[in-house]
Amino acid sequence: MTESAGNKNEDCHAANGVKAGRNGMVKNHHHHHHCQKQEEVYHAACNGELYSRPFIESFEETPMLVAVLTYMGYGILTIFGYLRDFMREWKIEKCHIAREREEQKDFVPLYQDFEDFYTRNLYMRIRDSWNRPICSAPGATFDLIERSSNDYNWTFEYTGRVVKDVINLGSYNYLGFAENTGASATAAGEVTVKFGVGMASTRQEMGNLDRHEELENLVASFLGVESAMAFGMGFATNSMNIPALAGKGCLILSDELNHASLVLGARLSGSTIWVFKHNNMQSLEKLLREAIVHGQPRTRLTWKKILILVEGIYSMEGSIIRLPELIALKKKYKAYLYLDEAHSIGALGPCGRGVVEYFGLDSKDVDVMMGTFTKSFGAAGGYIAGRKDLIDYLRTHSHSAIYATSMSLPVVEQIITCMKCIMGKDGTTIGRSRIQRLAENTVYFRRRLREMGFIIYGNNDSPVVPMMLYMPAKIGAFGREMLKRNIGVVVVGFPATPIIESRARFCISAAHTKEMLDRALDVISEVGDLLQLKYSRHKVLPSLDRTVDEE
Amino acid sequence: MAAGQQWVLVEMVQAFYEAPAYHLILEGILILWIIRLLFSKTYKLQERSDLTEKEKEELIEEWQPEPLVPPVSKDHPSRNYDVVTGPPSHKIIVNGKECINFASFNFLGLLDSERVKLKALSSLKKYGVGTCGPRGFYGTFDVHLELEERLARFMGTEEAIIYSYGFATIASAIPAYSKRGDIIFVDEAACFSIQKGLQASRSFVKHFKHNDMEDLERLLKEQEIEDQKNPRKARVIRRFIVVEGLYINTADVCPLPDLVRLKYRYKVRIFLEESMSFGVLGEHGRGVTEHFGVNIDDIDLISANMENALASIGGFCCGRSFVIDHQRLSGQGYCFSASLPPMLASAAIEALNIMEEDPGIFRLLQDKCKHVHKALQGTPGLKLVGEPLAPALHLQLENSSGSRTEDLKLLRAIVDYSLDRQIALTLARYLDKEERFLPPPSIRVVVTVEQTQEEIQTAAQCIREAALNILKR
Repeated sequence: MTESAGNKNEDCHAANGVKAGRNGMVKNHHHHHHCQKQEEVYHAACNGELYSRPFIESFEETPMLVAVLTYMGYGILTIFGYLRDFMREWKIEKCHIAREREEQKDFVPLYQDFEDFYTRNLYMRIRDSWNRPICSAPGATFDLIERSSNDYNWTFEYTGRVVKDVINLGSYNYLGFAENTGASATAAGEVTVKFGVGMASTRQEMGNLDRHEELENLVASFLGVESAMAFGMGFATNSMNIPALAGKGCLILSDELNHASLVLGARLSGSTIWVFKHNNMQSLEKLLREAIVHGQPRTRLTWKKILILVEGIYSMEGSIIRLPELIALKKKYKAYLYLDEAHSIGALGPCGRGVVEYFGLDSKDVDVMMGTFTKSFGAAGGYIAGRKDLIDYLRTHSHSAIYATSMSLPVVEQIITCMKCIMGKDGTTIGRSRIQRLAENTVYFRRRLREMGFIIYGNNDSPVVPMMLYMPAKIGAFGREMLKRNIGVVVVGFPATPIIESRARFCISAAHTKEMLDRALDVISEVGDLLQLKYSRHKVLPSLDRTVDEE
Repeated sequence: MAAGQQWVLVEMVQAFYEAPAYHLILEGILILWIIRLLFSKTYKLQERSDLTEKEKEELIEEWQPEPLVPPVSKDHPSRNYDVVTGPPSHKIIVNGKECINFASFNFLGLLDSERVKLKALSSLKKYGVGTCGPRGFYGTFDVHLELEERLARFMGTEEAIIYSYGFATIASAIPAYSKRGDIIFVDEAACFSIQKGLQASRSFVKHFKHNDMEDLERLLKEQEIEDQKNPRKARVIRRFIVVEGLYINTADVCPLPDLVRLKYRYKVRIFLEESMSFGVLGEHGRGVTEHFGVNIDDIDLISANMENALASIGGFCCGRSFVIDHQRLSGQGYCFSASLPPMLASAAIEALNIMEEDPGIFRLLQDKCKHVHKALQGTPGLKLVGEPLAPALHLQLENSSGSRTEDLKLLRAIVDYSLDRQIALTLARYLDKEERFLPPPSIRVVVTVEQTQEEIQTAAQCIREAALNILKR
């Protein structure tokens, strides 16, 4: 599906002013396995009439030297891991690992030794970067409880001190509603006193309150769809509702980097799952054509339906789904689209309505819109929205409506207040200004980081900013150095990311002031110099966005 | 070495001369055939070389998928929910009428405890509502750690882990330990979340008849025989028994001492789901292990949700650190999901405080359960399913009409009749097509400590009248 983008690109400029006019077909997205000498690729996708704004994404290639050193680092760690296991086995080293009961020593072992190798020997060394306990609201800053370890992270003690006002670059607090003051907290407080926190019944039995129905109507009007339904947990929204929508004889086309909840939902449904390359519409089209033309693998029956599972913003990559192309594909091949807007609802689009508004598309084109309330609304839970017949079906057949307790009322109240604030229905412009501030913060932060020379993945407009670290030792070092300077960051390594592509992930919030961001950027630059993290080689190739699938 | 090689060569040449002619010809033909296969073109099985581009386009044009969801009829029994306005407590306003609540799992009456509400409020004032992150990424609050520690201490285990959703607790715990190739023995009456956990784990699942220890022993013996055939494989296959303390579908207790005996005999681990029995059974509310006096270390994992007796939201698993710590990295509902809102965790802590301060409440609940059980016996046309100490009983039709929809209509009529007379009851809901062993349709009757004698008598009387009026036709 190649369009004549060559002609249309005369009008488009890449973000840094380089005209994209050359007629070369360049690969648009690097897969992690390619080790070609291609450098960073900027591409402005102004794909004729499909995109109404420039779509600028980049995933700079891992520098060769860095890749080699990273593999070497993991190799050394593995050798040491074996050595330490050996020493622990022969009691030369004290063993802190929890052991099986004496009475159950002759049972089949609960864990294979191999499964835990990574946990014991690599994860343990830098375990203090995760599960850091806090004792305040997860707003723009938080208070961290200090921990120390005398035995290299096997056990932790609390020193009793609290580190105050640590700048929070880790929580998914995009619009800054995770606060303990303000309209939403007051409303939730009133509801707590009046109604209590528990429900003790399911939606279909005695747990359906009028507030739940009000919330659902509000979500439906927020998204511009006919009807919506809310659930108590975002993860469970996917894993319990995808099985209701697809079953045996259906085909699910799932993006390579989909979240664990989507993968679990797809697996539990019992459908056939085919995976297409991340955000790659050619790969998806190829699969669609093959599915429709050839039917099911052995019986050659036609598929009952095809469901495409994608996310709005992928939080590990910072990439935004190519929604205009996807909707065009979906309409051509009559597939159904399930869009998981966990990170993009509230964070993208001029009115915060998510990735559909960001691209200026019609929400009726997306068959199933799913999202969570955890990130931009500072509450908990998830929703599914779409046409009325879809929601009616889910009301009767969703696992959550039948077996799971309904949402707690203070949480419902928080969501209603925040949503009204974003929509402007509470009479203020707080929502509008927050959305604007988030967009400004995002662009500013990304631009500054890029200028400093770090490798940043993802789309220019995505508030999730992954910054590459690559080497295993730098994962722990970055987290600790940032904390010493009073900034809390999130670092991610294997298995959430490919093994050599460990990264630090910053989540920008509307609650961050410019001073906080400047301070954070200065610190990041300082730590980046200390740890030599400024890998970017900043070479830009003028290129087209349209590519040919070079299979 | 050369002599040895020469000797082998001589042997070969000798064999060549000695072989019969047909043998040589056959071998020659086979070698020629192999050479031909090696040099011939390979064909991909999928590729149909007879479809042109035009034909493919036509197929794409013609293909019509099914609608995304089948239409739901207007009188589907679960399409319209009963609407509750006001707090879901002992006196509950359903569809505009104030009723006495016999339908919510509010066993200890903590849903509208003032202490719990105030504690939740102060937590809200400190932390806000949401945690905006999973446990690994600044979603761990001190209240979570405190709640885990309190639960572990209350149950007498080493460690506990909290989930933010009751359904996801056991559904994430089972696949964290049991993988493809492992074997799980599970009771037929296991609840839906256990079934989902089993499905996600991809292990072999063997069902034994409900509470039938002989059937379980038979399955274990069969497995033992299988093991003896292949001891090497048997040494790596993990085995688990998954049971509930108090079954939600049949309202009876599992025979735990027998299960522990079978555990040590056949070397199987036990996972115990205690959503209905936590805070109900036992002298201090510790569940079915306390009820039977079984050592808690004998049970590998206890899982429960905090949505029944603790009147909060979420769930927890407790056990030895050796077992529980593993879930912190491989429990899907723990690692990939936002943590429990801190105000709900504070509410659970306060509920635990109340439970610890006043253990008499459990005795009271058990007395009320017995009372309700006695009061509902002998209802004409309905049979009471459940043990006297179960707080959530089922009323099933004595004589089924043969069709599930008809039965459901009759039971719904009884529920409506009771709602009119201010007794809130509900039908027990199931997902008909997905349940493995679908329980018969029933009305759920829940006992809470807040129900008075009169209220229980009124309810029993009302149900009797309803049954007489509706079922006699």
